[in-house]
Amino acid sequence: MSVPSAWYLVLAAVLFGLGATGLLIRRNVLVMYMCIELMLNAVNLTFVTFSRTLNDLGGQAAVFFVLVVAAAEVVVGLGIIVAIYRRRAEATADDVHILKG
Amino acid sequence: MTTALLVQAASRSAGGGTHLAHASAWAVFAVGAGLILVGALGVILLRNPVHCALMLVVTLFGVALEFIDQSAYFLAAIQIIVYAGAIVILFLFVIMFLGVDRRERAAAERLRAQRPLALALGLMTLILLLVLSRVGDWTTGARSTSGALNARTATGGATENVQLLGQSIYTRYLLPFEMTSALLVIAIVAAVVMARSRSRAAGEMSQAEQEEVTGP
Repeated sequence: MSVPSAWYLVLAAVLFGLGATGLLIRRNVLVMYMCIELMLNAVNLTFVTFSRTLNDLGGQAAVFFVLVVAAAEVVVGLGIIVAIYRRRAEATADDVHILKG
Repeated sequence: MTTALLVQAASRSAGGGTHLAHASAWAVFAVGAGLILVGALGVILLRNPVHCALMLVVTLFGVALEFIDQSAYFLAAIQIIVYAGAIVILFLFVIMFLGVDRRERAAAERLRAQRPLALALGLMTLILLLVLSRVGDWTTGARSTSGALNARTATGGATENVQLLGQSIYTRYLLPFEMTSALLVIAIVAAVVMARSRSRAAGEMSQAEQEEVTGP
């Protein structure tokens, strides 16, 4: 009756590939972070698809915890980016070394 | 959540005819997939970071639609509230706070072939995932280790998705739940420590304060 799970898995794979490509292409740290969030969402979609296919609630519990950890990770990561910006006017991925020492 | 109710109502009102339910499942999937692809392409291609954040919201809404299409109603609501409602707000706040980088620095890349190589790697990731999904043997382990998705209560009635998920989080997955609570507290403390003013370390006095104490 509903959509076969292969469609969801392909969609999640495409989303993951787009996130990985964006992470490699972009240099603005904030946009790179957003591409990481794209990849996390692709993994969440895969978890939910398999949870429905195997009729197992563990997949949805895993997505719950991935969401919580992603939120905590964004808080810490953006704090680091703000700390970088205190020294420089722009934030690109090449600037992480100025936090050394 | 109203979308979930609409989808549920649509599939129930179809009654004996599964054609409408079948079509509506595909329609929701197609709309969600369109939103996801448009949003993801927008995130990786647009120049202005604010536009990228808005395209990320579009992607998150698409993923929430896919969650609803697979009957994960609680996760769809949590996805909207936490991801689109908190994390993207954080992103936008930091973008506004730092000032928007209108164009990424035009300075030369350290690696000359970085962009074509990045595109090739991204394409290879996608092709590898798709090929592995067809060729590889999926080892999925024991079925229903944490309870079935459509479990029934003792009296035979169906239990809701929220109820089942809540029960599993507070009984079987209690330890990860407590650990993520501790993780959130750690993240908050880390954010406060990093945002603190760095002008002087704790206990150190500035020149003016030292002169004030020792007297003129």
